[in-house]
Amino acid sequence: MMVLGLLVAVAALGFMTLGARGAWDYVLPFRGVKLAALVLVAFAIAVSTVLFQTVTDNRILTPSIMGFDALYVLLQTTVVFTVGSARMVGIDPRLRFTVEVLLMVGFAGLLFRWLFAGARRSLHLLLLVGIVLGVLFRSLSSFMQRLIDPNEFAVLQERFFASFNAVDSRLLGAAAVMVLGASLLAWRLRRSFDVLLLGRDNATMLGVDHRRAVTGVLVVVAVMVSVSTALVGPVTFFGLLVANLAYQLSGTHRHRAVLPVAVLLAVLCLVGGQVVLERVLGYDTALSVVIEFLGGLMFLTLLLRGSRR
Amino acid sequence: MIEVTGATKSYGDLRVLDDVHLRLPRGGVTALIGANGAGKSTLLSCMSRLLHLDAGAVTVDGLDVSTTRGDVLARRLATLRQDNHLTARLTVRDLVTFGRYPHSKGRATADDLVHVERSLRFLDLEDLADRFLDELSGGQRQRAFVAMVLCQDTDYVLLDEPLNNLDLKHAVAMMRLLRRAADELGATVVVVLHDINVAACYADHVVAMRDGVVVHEGSPEQVMQTHVLREVFDLDLRVHRIDGRLVALHVA
Ligand SMILES: Nc1ncnc2c1ncn2[C@@H]1O[C@H](COP(=O)(O)OP(=O)(O)O)[C@@H](O)[C@H]1O
Ligand SMILES: [Mg+2]
Repeated sequence: MMVLGLLVAVAALGFMTLGARGAWDYVLPFRGVKLAALVLVAFAIAVSTVLFQTVTDNRILTPSIMGFDALYVLLQTTVVFTVGSARMVGIDPRLRFTVEVLLMVGFAGLLFRWLFAGARRSLHLLLLVGIVLGVLFRSLSSFMQRLIDPNEFAVLQERFFASFNAVDSRLLGAAAVMVLGASLLAWRLRRSFDVLLLGRDNATMLGVDHRRAVTGVLVVVAVMVSVSTALVGPVTFFGLLVANLAYQLSGTHRHRAVLPVAVLLAVLCLVGGQVVLERVLGYDTALSVVIEFLGGLMFLTLLLRGSRR
Repeated sequence: MIEVTGATKSYGDLRVLDDVHLRLPRGGVTALIGANGAGKSTLLSCMSRLLHLDAGAVTVDGLDVSTTRGDVLARRLATLRQDNHLTARLTVRDLVTFGRYPHSKGRATADDLVHVERSLRFLDLEDLADRFLDELSGGQRQRAFVAMVLCQDTDYVLLDEPLNNLDLKHAVAMMRLLRRAADELGATVVVVLHDINVAACYADHVVAMRDGVVVHEGSPEQVMQTHVLREVFDLDLRVHRIDGRLVALHVA
């Protein structure tokens, strides 16, 4: 973990200084905001993925594979669709963002609690449900996007493609507050995380209120996914990648080790990846592609290994 | 005392528990016997609040298991399920330490560690304590889960087929251990057993189920009779007394 921390520090330093042109007092705040956003996104994705996998007792499904961020995009589209982009411009983006996150918590909470808090379901069934839900949310979104006029579409479109380069920094303050709130909720539940790894029945027998814990974690996940989707757009396999690397690297089941390692890894991937790919090698939007590719490979490996057992 | 009143549970059209009434006084070993699918596991799951009854109630020392706080019950009642599968990769000691969670809430004290080591010793797991569960044989894994349950240090211990996968030596050791828990620590042990001879040998009280109904209940002498066993298992068994123990043999 020391090594990871060091690497992260180096990456952050590189991010702030490498290839800077122009006045430092312009570059530093500008990049500082971007760095903060990336760190926030990394934190949100890492924590939400690990906790989601803990309460659902699996290591393959992640919030994004289950369609969480597609749901968020759908909500965003619905809001633009019903309110109209002309009036949207007048609304404070932070207010809009807050409303969207609240909606997301409500919907995701209901939907996924229904899926996960009840009887034990097979992993493959859940995976299928997730894929179907994801496709459903995405096609509903694109259906609505087709109905709205091109100007409104342009407002939306920029938000739907994962880009770690074009972070929406106006939302940073509100996003940080929400992530903080979600983290506090997670902190209150922290003692039950390790026990939840034993599955619903064992956790219940050891005295954990499983329903309450699952509901709490799903709220945390919904907030964090909303934040990361709002800031950089949907990313499918990144969470899976860092969570599984963190399980391997930390070599223990304890969340007090796994969570920090996952967060550090996520920051390292985003910030370090950005530095190497875009500053050193000079590719422009390559990072999200590389990350999704590696994450996708990890997903396939896990699936194949899982089905052979 | 565990008291089951009017317990009823259905899966679709299939009635798995049909108005079960049962009173298990404190202390002693109770064996639950019956053919596959008789509803033994379902009854145990309902007693340990893992399943909700459609009708009826279960109380433990007067506490209704469906309404009492989970952490309160977890300090009174521990359960071994029939199937135990984990996604997480844990060592034997990690698993057994989880048994202390109801008491320590994740911050194991020196006293908790003493309990963990004792459970490991009781189940002959000291040499395996740092092995991962997925690197063990079925019987070794079974013992690890039993160690976790005993580590919970509760007055009531429910075990669903704890002898699964165990060799003869460890099966005998397990039954002696349960006997000791009842005799020396005053625990109330309820155990699902397949071998009626083991049940007759180690239990104080035998409960026989068939098709979701308790068909017989009594001391081993009362249950180990040809006509009773026929009613429970649909088999003609002859009961002999060998070295003072009742043994049922099936007619070849
Ligand atoms: N989840 C379930 N869904 C449907 N039927 C079930 C389920 N669990 C158990 N059953 C049925 O309930 C009956 C009793 O099962 P169980 O209590 O496990 O029996 P036992 O432990 O006595 O062998 C069986 O007929 C079984 O098929
Ligand atoms: Mg059973």
